[in-house]
Parts: sequence; structure tokens; C-alpha cells
Amino acid sequence: MSALAVAVSDSLTITRRNLIKVKRVPDLIVFATLSPIMFVLLFRYVFGSAIPVQGISYAEFLLPGIFAQTVVFGSTITGASIAEDLQKGLIDRFRSLPMARSAVLVGRTVADLGLNVLTIVVMALTGLAVGWRIHSSVGEAAAGFLLLLLFAFAISWVMALVGLTVRTPEVVNNASFIVIFPLTFIANTFVPTNNFPSVLKTIADWNPVSAVVQAARDLFGNTAPSLQASDAWAMQHPVPYVLLWVVVLLAVFVPLSVRKYLGTASR
Amino acid sequence: MSSNAVVVEGLIKRFGEHTALGGVDLTVSEGTVLGLLGPNGAGKTTIVRVLSTLLRPDGGRAEVVGLDVVTQAAQVRSAIGLTGQYAAVDEYLTGRENLEMVGRLYRLGGREARARADALLERFELTEAAHRPAKTYSGGMRRRLDIAASLIARPRVLFLDEPTTGLDPRSRLGMWEFIADLVGEGTTILLTTQYLEEADRLADRMVVIDRGRVIARGTADELKGQVGGERLELTVATVGDLAVATQVLGPLAANDDPRADEQTRRLSLPVTGGTQTLAEALRRLDDARVDVLDIGLRRPDLDDVFLALTGHAAEDAAGPGQPADEQVGASSGGTR
Repeated sequence: MSALAVAVSDSLTITRRNLIKVKRVPDLIVFATLSPIMFVLLFRYVFGSAIPVQGISYAEFLLPGIFAQTVVFGSTITGASIAEDLQKGLIDRFRSLPMARSAVLVGRTVADLGLNVLTIVVMALTGLAVGWRIHSSVGEAAAGFLLLLLFAFAISWVMALVGLTVRTPEVVNNASFIVIFPLTFIANTFVPTNNFPSVLKTIADWNPVSAVVQAARDLFGNTAPSLQASDAWAMQHPVPYVLLWVVVLLAVFVPLSVRKYLGTASR
Repeated sequence: MSSNAVVVEGLIKRFGEHTALGGVDLTVSEGTVLGLLGPNGAGKTTIVRVLSTLLRPDGGRAEVVGLDVVTQAAQVRSAIGLTGQYAAVDEYLTGRENLEMVGRLYRLGGREARARADALLERFELTEAAHRPAKTYSGGMRRRLDIAASLIARPRVLFLDEPTTGLDPRSRLGMWEFIADLVGEGTTILLTTQYLEEADRLADRMVVIDRGRVIARGTADELKGQVGGERLELTVATVGDLAVATQVLGPLAANDDPRADEQTRRLSLPVTGGTQTLAEALRRLDDARVDVLDIGLRRPDLDDVFLALTGHAAEDAAGPGQPADEQVGASSGGTR
């Protein structure tokens, strides 16, 4: 087998192993699906009752935002799971096997991508039930979902490095919360940024999460002429801006994570 | 080519300021078992980790089946099996799924991985539990599954890092039988342990390390020779009895004077001649009307080896009853 075939085969073996866990631990599915449902309902009815958005319903404005927030949070599972494998000595076992060096991390991030697909499906169905609609073509809508998943996949690789460095699942969760909460809130996720204080607005305009949300709104047709996007370049060209982030994150964190993995012993 | 399956020369490993291995030399002949003995923190696990390519040494060299563990790490991995100190099984996968996964990662084909998994489940008495997630397994079962996983590709060299730590006595006996069978089939094994009894039972040769250095090597008998052989130990009812016992048993002491402890009313003396000496001692004590509460012959254990070789006991050695789960949760200083 060629090196690439080996890497693909090993990554699939590890992906399957990780997905079996999802099947065996129903809690994981329950919370992975319940919390997005809860978020959609909470924001739709609590915030939606007070936040006026010019030109479209709050449900349509909200859903692309909450998609983005949820898949970014979903990627933290990567870090926690890797830390757990480290604690249990499984990383030692894998590293002593003649398997592809990247397979454990690829298998992990791909499995978590699968979990994010499931989460998005549940959220989209919930969204449709509370008034969210897609107004664009099938191709554009698919591109919107793809972009969300691609961004989440890139964040997974950042979290992989965090998991290998922090080594405790609980700490991974707490640490990522501190970063991801502001990352997804200082953005156009839940409210238009027009009235943000100027510094905050600049941060929000160039926040990659804002760009993911803006791109999803554009691709799903959840915009209105009266809803003025910021004139920052990132907001005017959200798709290339997001793709740029994805490429940079992967180019930096894939090699860093694999390198860290190769030098990591369980205890 | 030599017939050594493992060759370690001048191995050095440092963790920051701490020197975990200060120049270790050892060899394991093909088809034999080497017992690597020492207390916690002595460097046993570090040696295993270097040999199984998990850690890069800072100096010296190590070869497994003639392959360098640093420059030929990938080939080394195909030739070895590793069972770490903590059963590294995926607890959400069933026993069979665990074995098939490892089999695939060793590049066995799907059919061969399944066939090997079935054979090993049978052999390690896990067939009935094969379809259950490993989460439901007892400590002994997990350990057996872990060893089965490391055997799936028929490795030429097997590293067993404290294979019985945390197991109850019955599981330990079972594990010893499994290991003895493997040796019978020609697998070369490097086994670390804190228990002299375990090494005595399984290993052809032993290397004792302490603080990252080899302090003794040889067969079990040679080591015990260094320790000074067996001792007669007894506890008597009163301090008066202790004095009398010391007097009547004195002539039986082999090469050292009897040691009496008035606090515990215990007397200990080196002897030769085994049970005959024990019978003679009982006769003498009976004639002198000494009230004996407890008496027995004690064979030297790892603590005695350490006392004899280093002057300090294997003080931080973990007790045999320590549950494995507790150790999994504990975070160490990263020195192992």
C-alpha cells in the first residue's frame, strides 16, 4: 500500500472507532442535539421578542448565526476526546503501532465533523419549525452548510493541539469556553453590529465567525436590502475571507498538532 | 548477527533537570524473558517507552530485532507489541472491536484481523464477553484484552510494563500462566515488575535498576545469593522468651548474627537447610519452653534485594492491592 492509502485506511479505522463511541454513549447524541434545539428556541423567542432586525424576521436572521456558534462549540469535542485518549493510555498504544502518523488526529477531526453534520441537521429542522426559511438555490444552500462545516473542521484542528497540550478533558472544555464564548458573541451572530461601540465593531467585522455567519446568510438568502452589512472588506467578501481563515488554520495547526502528537506520551 | 532480540547500550534519558536513565546497558536473548525490576520511578517504564519508540533517548542506543529504535522506528513498530502499565483499551468498543481495530492498524487484512481476534479472545477467556463494551470488563479482563491486542500481529518482541499491577491474586496467577505460555511459543519478552516473585516465576534473567542505573543483573538465584538467602523469622510471647530464643537458635544462624527486636519481640536469622532447619529450630525452642506465637521461613523479596544492594528499601513501591483505576486518575510528575 502506498503511504497515502495507508493514511486513508488508518484514518477510516480511527474514524469508525470514534463514531462507535457516539453510538454507544447515547448521552453524547442527546446533548449534541438537545442543546442546539434549546439554543434555537431560546434565542428565537427570548431575544427575538426584543431584537428588531430591519427587513427580515429574527428567526431568519438568527439561524445562520446559531449554526456557526454551535458548530464552533461542537469542535471543542475534538480537544476533550484527545485529552481523554491521552489520559487512558490509548495514544501510547496508537503511537506504538505501525500506523500512519496523522491517522489518530485525522480520524478524530473527521468523526467530529460527522457529529457536527448531525447537529446541523437537527438545528435546521428546528429552525424550519420556528420560521426559518432558505430563499436561495439548492447549490447555494449546500455551499452555505459546507462552509460552516469546513470552518468547524479547521477549528477542530486548533482544539486538537489544545487537547494534546492541556491533557485534561475538563480543562479543555473550560478553556475553550473562555475563548469561544467571546469569539461567537463579539460578532454579528445574534444582533446586527451597527450599534456596537466602534472598537467592538471593528473586532466583530474582522472576526472570522462573523464572516462565517455573513457568508451563511448570503448563501441561504437570509438577508434584506435594508439590512446593511458593514463595509469592512471581510463583511463584503465573507466567503473568500472564511476560506482564507480555513486554509491558514489548517496550514498552521495540522502540522503543529501532528508534531505535538508524535512527541506526546500519556503520562 | 547476534541472537539478541533487544540490545540497549549506554541509554540516557533526561526530563528537564531530572535524569531518568543514567546510562543503562542490557540485552535480551531471542526467545527469553528479561525481568526488569525496580521501585516506582526507577526508570523501568522509561526504558520500555524508548524501546517501543514512544520516547527518543538523549544518549546511547537501543535496538530491537536488529533495528534502531530512533532511525528505524517504523520497522520496529511492526515487530513489537506493547502492553503499558494501564490497560489501553477503548472502553466504548467491544472486546472484539478493540482487537480488530488494532489488527487493522498493524496492517493485517480484514479477514486475518477477525481470525486472530477470535483466536485471542478464546485464548484469553474473553469469548463470552467479546460482544460487550470493554467498559463492562473487570480489571483483570481489561488487562487480558490489552495483552491480546498487543499480540494480534504475532510480535517478535513483547514489552509488558507491570502486567499484574492492580490485579487481584487470582487474576495475577492467570496472567502468569498466559505469559508462561507465550514464552513457550518463542516470543521474546521484556517484563517490568515491582515483584521479585513475579520475575522469579517468569524471567530467565533479571536486571535490577534504581534511580536510572542498573544495580544488579543475573538469574533469580544469583540475585538471591547477593541478598543472602532465606531467613528464619519468629515472634515470641515475652521479652524473656526473646533472650532465650536468641541463645538457643544462635548456633543455627548461617552467616550473620540473629537480629532481635524487643519492641515487636521478633527474632530474625539467616539460615540454610530449609525446612529441616525449621524443624530443628522448633525442637530447640520447645526444649527451652519458649512460647512461640509465629514462626516461618522467609525467602528474600524485592525489598531484601534493595536493602542488600542499595541500603535503602524499595520504599515507594506501590502495594499490590492498589486499584488500577486510581492510578489512571492520578497525575504524576511526568518523570516516568
